[in-house]
Amino acid sequence: MATSTEPTFSRSPNSGTQPLLSIRKVAKSFGKNVVLRDISLAIAEGEFLTILGESGSGKTTLLRIIAGFESATSGEIWMEDERLDVLPPYRRRVNTVFQHYALFPHLTVEENVGYGLRVAKLPREEVASRVEQALAMVKMTAFAKSKPAKISGGQQQRIALARALVNRPRLLLLDEPLSALDANLRRQMQVELKSLQREVGISFVFVTHDQEEAMVMSDRIALLRRGELEQIASPREIYGQPATAYTAQFIGHTNLLQGEVKGGVVRCHSLDWPVGLPDGPVLFSLRPENLRIVDLAVGSAGVNVVRFRGRVCHQAFHGSTELLQVECEDGLKLSIRTATRENWNGDLELEFAPEDAVAVRQSEERT
Amino acid sequence: MFSRAYRAAITLPPLLWVAVFLLVPYALLFCYSFWSVSPAQTIVHAWTLDNYRDLFRVNVYLQTLFRSMWIAARVMLFSLLLGYPLAYYLSFHAGVRKELFYQLVIIPLWVSYLVRAYAWKTILGSDGVLNTLLQYVHLTQHPLDFLLYSPFAVVLTLTHIYTPFAFLPIYASLEHIPRNLVEASHDLGASPVQTFWRVIFPLSIPGVLAGATFAFVLSLGDFLAPLLLGGPSGIMISNIVVSLFGAAYNWPLGAAISLCMLLLVLALIYLSESLEKKWSFR
Repeated sequence: MATSTEPTFSRSPNSGTQPLLSIRKVAKSFGKNVVLRDISLAIAEGEFLTILGESGSGKTTLLRIIAGFESATSGEIWMEDERLDVLPPYRRRVNTVFQHYALFPHLTVEENVGYGLRVAKLPREEVASRVEQALAMVKMTAFAKSKPAKISGGQQQRIALARALVNRPRLLLLDEPLSALDANLRRQMQVELKSLQREVGISFVFVTHDQEEAMVMSDRIALLRRGELEQIASPREIYGQPATAYTAQFIGHTNLLQGEVKGGVVRCHSLDWPVGLPDGPVLFSLRPENLRIVDLAVGSAGVNVVRFRGRVCHQAFHGSTELLQVECEDGLKLSIRTATRENWNGDLELEFAPEDAVAVRQSEERT
Repeated sequence: MFSRAYRAAITLPPLLWVAVFLLVPYALLFCYSFWSVSPAQTIVHAWTLDNYRDLFRVNVYLQTLFRSMWIAARVMLFSLLLGYPLAYYLSFHAGVRKELFYQLVIIPLWVSYLVRAYAWKTILGSDGVLNTLLQYVHLTQHPLDFLLYSPFAVVLTLTHIYTPFAFLPIYASLEHIPRNLVEASHDLGASPVQTFWRVIFPLSIPGVLAGATFAFVLSLGDFLAPLLLGGPSGIMISNIVVSLFGAAYNWPLGAAISLCMLLLVLALIYLSESLEKKWSFR
C-alpha cells in the first residue's frame, strides 16, 4: 500500500539511509479490543511525519507506544541501533507535547521549561541559559515568572513546545497539540510550528484528525484506519494518488466511480475511457477540481478527454470556489469544483482527463 | 426572584440551629470562664481572671496540655506516615482493586469508636492477646506493662482511629492530580522517584495539610482513649475538662481551659487553610 516509502529495516549501523526511528510490526490490543495491527513505518532524521486518522483509528495509541506510556502487545521500535520499546519513557530521547499541554501547575513557566534539564542534573548556569534560549525561541521570555494558570491556551502551547525542545530530543511527538486552539490561532501555529521544525531540524511526529492540518505541515502523512496503516506518502502524493477509496475520501473531497475494465477500456455508466489495467471491476477516484465545465465558445482543453452532459442539482458556495452537484442522464452523480458564480444551473457540458481518474482499492470493511 | 418570606423561611432554621446549639453555648462558656466557685460549691457570678491565672500557674494544666499536643502530634505524624503511602498506592497502583481497598479503609469508620478502643484494651492488656502471644513464644517471661495504660497505648489507638481521617483528604488530592502530569514528568526524563518528589508530592500538599489537621485536632480533643487506655501517665487535657465539669465541680476553670483549646484549634485550622490555599493552583 505504501508506494515510494516502504519502511527500511536495515540494522546495519552506518548506512546513510538508516531511518531515525523504525516501527516494526507493532500491534496493540486492550483485552479483546485490537487497537493497532501490524504497523511498520520508518521516520527519517529531520522529517515531519503526520499520523492522521479519525478518532478510534489508534493514532494516539501509536504515539503513546513511541513515547513509552503504553507498551506494544507485539513488535519492536528501534531508534537507530537502540531498541526503544524496552526502555521506560524517562530513558528515551523522545519528548512529547501533550494534547492539553500538561504543564506543571505548581511551577512557573521557566521552571516548567527547565524541568527536564534539572532532573538531568545539568549545571545551574547551563539550565538558565538554555531555558532563556528556549523561551526566546517561542517568544515567551516576558512570561518566565508566570504560573501556567495565568497564561492563555496559545501561550501554554508554546511553553509545552519549549519544555519539550529544550531537552534537544532526537524525536518530538505532538499529540493533537493545536486541537484546543481556535481556528485563527491554529492556522498561525501551524505555520510557526512548521518553520520551527525546519529551524531546529528535529524529527516531528504529529498526530491529528484534521486532514487539512496534515496537508499543510507534513513531509509525509501516515493515514491510519481502524488500527491499520492505510497509506503513507507525501501530501501531494497521497492527495493525487490515493491508494484506497478510504484515503481518497478522507483526504480532500472526491467522486468514486465504479467501472468495469474490458480489453483496455473502462466502462462506467455511459462513460468510457482507455486504461492500462487488466479486465475486471475497478474503482476510480476523480477529484471535483479535475472535472471541467466546457465553455462552448472556447471548446475542449484537450483531445483525449472524456466528455459528457450533466444537470446542476445543487450548488454550495465555498468562498474561493463553488461546489456543484451534477446529475447525468444515466443517473451518475458527480461533485465539481469550479470558479465562483452565482446561479449555476441548467445543463452543462463536462469533461475530465482519463489520467485524473485514479484507480483505487476498495477499502475492506472490517467489523 | 424569591419572595422575602421564602428567603426568610429557608435561612431561619439553620440560623436558629447555629444560634441555639453553637453561639449560646459558647457565650455561656465564655461567661463561665470569668466566674468562680464559692467554698460552698456555688457559682459566683462575679467577673474574675482567676481561672486564666490558674491555668498558667498550676503546672498540671499546662503540662497536660503540652502532653496532649505531643500525643496529638505523634498521632498526626503516624497517621500521615500510614495514610499517605496507603493513599498513594490506592490512587496510583491499585488498579481494579481500588474500589475494594477504598471500602476496606472506610469500613472501620462504621464501627463504634468504643468498640475499637476496647479492642486495643484486650490486645494490649497484661492478659491480652499480645502479651499472651509474646510469652507463648518465650520472647518475654512476664507481661509487658508499658503496653497498656501508657501514652504509647493512647497514641497507638488514636492512630488506628484517625488514620482514615488523614487518608481521605490525601487520597482525594492524589486523585485530583491529572495523570498526564505524571506522564509529562516521565517524558521529560524524571524517574518515578524524581516524579514523586517534584510533581506528585507538591500537588498533594493541600491534602496532607487537611489530613494532618484532622488527625491533630481530633486527637487533641480526645478523652475516651486516654480514659480507657491511658492510665495516669496518659491523661489528656480533655480528661481534665471532663473532671472539672463533673466530679471536681469547677465549671469556670473547665470553661477557661475549653476556650483556650478552642482558640488553639481555630488558630491551627486557620494556619492550615491559608497554607492549603498557597499550595493549590487551580
